[in-house]
Amino acid sequence: MNFFIEVVAGGLLAGVMYSLVALGFVIIYKASGVFNFAQGSMVFFAALTFVSLLERGWNLWLALAVTMVAMVLVGMLIERTVLRPLVNQPPITLLMATIGLTFVLEGVSQLMWGSQPHGLELGIPDVPIEWLSEKWNINISQFDLFAALVAGVLVAVLAVLTQKTRIGRALRAVADDHQAALAVGIPLQHIWAIVWAVAGFVALVAGLMWGVRNGVQYALTFTALKALPVLILGGFESIAGAIVGGLIIGASEKVAEVYLGPYVGGGIESWFAYVIALLFLLVRPEGLFGEKIIDRV
Amino acid sequence: MLYREAGQFKSTYGEDQQIFPILQDRIAIVALLLVAFVVVPLVGDQYWLSAILTPFLVLALATLGLNILTGYAGQLSLGTAAFMAVGAFMAYNAMLRIPHMPILGAFIIGGLCAAAVGIVFGLPSFRIKGLYLAVATLACQFFVLWAINRIGWFSNYSSSGVITAQRMEILGYPIDTPASKYVLTLAIVVFMALAAKNLMRSETGRAFMAVRDMDVAASVIGIPMMKTKLLAFAISSFYCGVAGALYAFCYLGTVEPEAFVLDLSFRVLFMMIIGGAGSILGSFLGAGFITLFPIFLNLASKWLENALGMEIPHALVSNTEAIIFGALIIFFLIVEPYGLARLWQITKEKLRLWPFPH
Repeated sequence: MNFFIEVVAGGLLAGVMYSLVALGFVIIYKASGVFNFAQGSMVFFAALTFVSLLERGWNLWLALAVTMVAMVLVGMLIERTVLRPLVNQPPITLLMATIGLTFVLEGVSQLMWGSQPHGLELGIPDVPIEWLSEKWNINISQFDLFAALVAGVLVAVLAVLTQKTRIGRALRAVADDHQAALAVGIPLQHIWAIVWAVAGFVALVAGLMWGVRNGVQYALTFTALKALPVLILGGFESIAGAIVGGLIIGASEKVAEVYLGPYVGGGIESWFAYVIALLFLLVRPEGLFGEKIIDRV
Repeated sequence: MLYREAGQFKSTYGEDQQIFPILQDRIAIVALLLVAFVVVPLVGDQYWLSAILTPFLVLALATLGLNILTGYAGQLSLGTAAFMAVGAFMAYNAMLRIPHMPILGAFIIGGLCAAAVGIVFGLPSFRIKGLYLAVATLACQFFVLWAINRIGWFSNYSSSGVITAQRMEILGYPIDTPASKYVLTLAIVVFMALAAKNLMRSETGRAFMAVRDMDVAASVIGIPMMKTKLLAFAISSFYCGVAGALYAFCYLGTVEPEAFVLDLSFRVLFMMIIGGAGSILGSFLGAGFITLFPIFLNLASKWLENALGMEIPHALVSNTEAIIFGALIIFFLIVEPYGLARLWQITKEKLRLWPFPH
């Protein structure tokens, strides 16, 4: 039983990491209807920039601030060069454009900082919490809990940002209807730039968390692919969905790997999440919290 | 001056509907095929035949398959490489397990198995579309590669999962030189391209395009949605499967499952975008462009090295390549969404008027 709890808890906490990446997708999708395939490479870019600045002897907070500024600039640049010329194109075109963007971002970040993997240390040790393992014999990493905390704070901040502020109202208006938002005088382009900047910030946070866990390396871009089933499960438009979806995917993936894996030869973690998401799609095509799509001729 | 249809009258519907209605086009295509079938194998050296032209043809066929699904029927797929993997490994197994299997039969079996997998993973397309479907095909990509890696049967229980393509023979002629492999690939690709062109001009092709342009409207005018979408998946995967088999038998020789990773799917997708979605000719133009581009870039970096007198690190070249690729995709999507095929069409329009401005 203890072992089961440990597996589930480990899975849930790993799910939080997926959610962090998925959040970036949701923010952009909500406001611009763009499925940003490049979110993974944004995570990679942010983490690599941060770690490289640290290794050049920069102060932690200074490096964080500079990376933040860089991500905002990247977001605004993407909006200006990729999205603005592609306004009113079908979603598939936009998706393919962001796949192209993935290659550009990965190329640029490796050109700038080199392609060797880096270790990242934020001062929070990745060790099991002592009293939990002593008392209940359950191993849960301290860092995982920290990541969960960060995700919680991030979601709270995003919720306040979208629900309580003027910018947030504009964001939601743009998400609802581009044309109506334009008609009441909301500057669409500014809003998109803000959205991409926020997504860049989320990418930075996700990049830091993943970087501590797995090191900053090229494989980081693949985490973005893991975020896709999370999105499907949670729905593309829902911040809460990203979190809940991440938790479900994380937990079920770990449980399946541990209890089902040995029967089929292991390694099912690479596709199990997708299969859950697919089966789920057949029942509820719009995800747990997504908006129901109604087709009219 | 030369490229003009003046004086070429059509007196039957058949003449009006032929693939190349203009005499100059027919002459050009016959000349092109003659060069490709006769001249190239005679004069081409081994490097060009086996390292550039054969993969170009194979990838053009895969692009054609993706084009049928994405360009014509509008269902975005990120699982092309998985379908190719199914084709390659099933063709290998057909050769291995069925005695006296002709090689073309093995290719067809590979294609059919890929089509079956395509239908299974196309089933969700009835409920979902667009981005959600893209994720479903991504699931196919990961699942198929996992299955081929883990289930020993596919690779005949070789410890590393690597298979070695069997010797090919058609009617007693061994296919073992680069030139003969090239001719075999070319023949299959030309035949299948012709079939695709005709299929897309038929009722099936028009149904695909109706589904792509607006699926609700298509189902209202009586196009069976389920059948059309699954057919698109099946035909597309069949093409990709045959392409995968050719990739294994005519190009690589020894194949590991890792040859069919997601990156290959993306490359084929890029070929389709750059060549032109919804165009048979575009598949070839895009595949040619993306196959030749790294070679060109390599030459350019060599030339730069000589000119500057210093060595350019390999990482720099490969990263620059990725950046230019990505930028080109975005550039094409913004400036010319119909790709190189559209540019070719514009050139032809211009040629008809040349040398007069109007």
